[in-house]
Amino acid sequence: MDARLKNKVRPGTNMAAMSMEFWRNGPAPGALYSFPGASTSSQKCPAKHTQSPITTGTSVLGMKFDGGVVLAADMLGSYGSMARFRNCSRVMKVNDTTVLGAGGDYADFQFLRDTVEQKVNDDNCMNDGFQMTPKALHSWLTRVMYNRRSKFDPLWNTVVVGGIQNGDPFLGIVDKIGTAYESPTIASGYGAYIALPLLREAYEKNPKMTREETVGLMERCLKVLFYRDARSFNKYQLAVCTAEGSSVEGPFSSQTNWDIATLVKGYE
Amino acid sequence: MSSIGTGYDLSASQFSPDGRVFQVEYAQKAVENSGTAIGIRGKDGVVFGVEKLVTSKLYEEGANKRIFNLDKHVGMAVAGLIADARALVDVGRDEAVNFRNNYGQAVPLKILTERISSYVHAHTLYGAVRPFGVACILGSYNDEGPHMTMFDPSGVSWGYYGCAIGKARQSAKTEIEKLKMKDMTCRELVKEVAKIIYVVHDEVKDKVFELELSWVSKETNGKHEMVPKDIHAEAEKYAKESLEESDDSDDEDI
Repeated sequence: MDARLKNKVRPGTNMAAMSMEFWRNGPAPGALYSFPGASTSSQKCPAKHTQSPITTGTSVLGMKFDGGVVLAADMLGSYGSMARFRNCSRVMKVNDTTVLGAGGDYADFQFLRDTVEQKVNDDNCMNDGFQMTPKALHSWLTRVMYNRRSKFDPLWNTVVVGGIQNGDPFLGIVDKIGTAYESPTIASGYGAYIALPLLREAYEKNPKMTREETVGLMERCLKVLFYRDARSFNKYQLAVCTAEGSSVEGPFSSQTNWDIATLVKGYE
Repeated sequence: MSSIGTGYDLSASQFSPDGRVFQVEYAQKAVENSGTAIGIRGKDGVVFGVEKLVTSKLYEEGANKRIFNLDKHVGMAVAGLIADARALVDVGRDEAVNFRNNYGQAVPLKILTERISSYVHAHTLYGAVRPFGVACILGSYNDEGPHMTMFDPSGVSWGYYGCAIGKARQSAKTEIEKLKMKDMTCRELVKEVAKIIYVVHDEVKDKVFELELSWVSKETNGKHEMVPKDIHAEAEKYAKESLEESDDSDDEDI
């Protein structure tokens, strides 16, 4: 406190000199203040909105089976490396024929979720029995994500859409830059490296797995992800969609065995 | 029958010497010329019934609905100029969405009605726009119970237990007043509403009509929807039978 005062008020300086000292590093009259950490370019740049994600979700898994699709995602909202919010639902039922799951920034997912729920509400208000199909939702999401990225203001999510389209199972993915594709097995985040090979191996062996087999495989993949992904959590939900309808099931937890942990060098 | 407002009826921005705004009254005439719509608030919900006059055999069945969903929990039955009604439905839907986006909850019926009726009222203030030729009955159900309101072209809105708008509203009101609606469930009311519409329908002036029925109640979990086909058919049957009974009893008197 004293050191600051000493710097600012030197004995013998007049009042005008003192006021300049008080506003050290500030702007000259009429100029704009440069906030610490801002770009140092002297001219005004066009406003940039490209963000970094704050609270994030990790992998989302998706797989088709004989008669439907199932999506899986854990319930963690990570705050950087901190496992901060442990009850974040990252899958949702859109309508009786569609389910959706997302990883990435949780706030952006909440925005997408509210927008999609409003679209479903609009469909219901029309009262004509029409419901949005999974393919339509996938296409709409692709347009939204791509247009946002083209404005340098992406929704920082990877979204997985699943459901029943014309009687057949549908499974698709859209990421934050608008890349979109369909596949019988889908995984985002670390799941793409760890779980996708497991899902693909099983699918190639038997493309018409039953619901129980598929759910068992997803649970196995989620267990591996919990062992290997440092931003995962052992509490997950499943979103299942069949011709009978769709629902979100959970939360579930995997049974894990950490006995070998003590053998790892550096454990203590 | 109607008084002539010569000179004071050219725009909604003019009062007559006896304090009336004729443009608004003319708008109310438009409502009086349309098919009847009634709403009854019962013990556990609200039921709407509309006498939808079919002016041509060439129309598709079920076309030009007069009951709308403003949000999943709010329904609106309209009487008057259908095009004006559809514009108000869009206004109502926007208001419901905005409320939900701002406050994270479903819009209470009173607030939604006030918003739409304020909008309608605003169109009675200026010479540049004409008033809406529509009256609407709105209904919803939540944990506090059923709610029903109505507004007319003047922008005035009231809460109601029983309400009728359109050409046969006077006789419909008489019939509604005979019911003890506060003690009746929606299932019972659906039949009574169908009966009232059939009773007040004028066979001579308007031949063909479609009966539209909708409800929002504890049974529907607060969701406003058209009455399911089987219950609708049952209600219509009850209505037609009641009509025949009263016809028979009339003959007997003679």
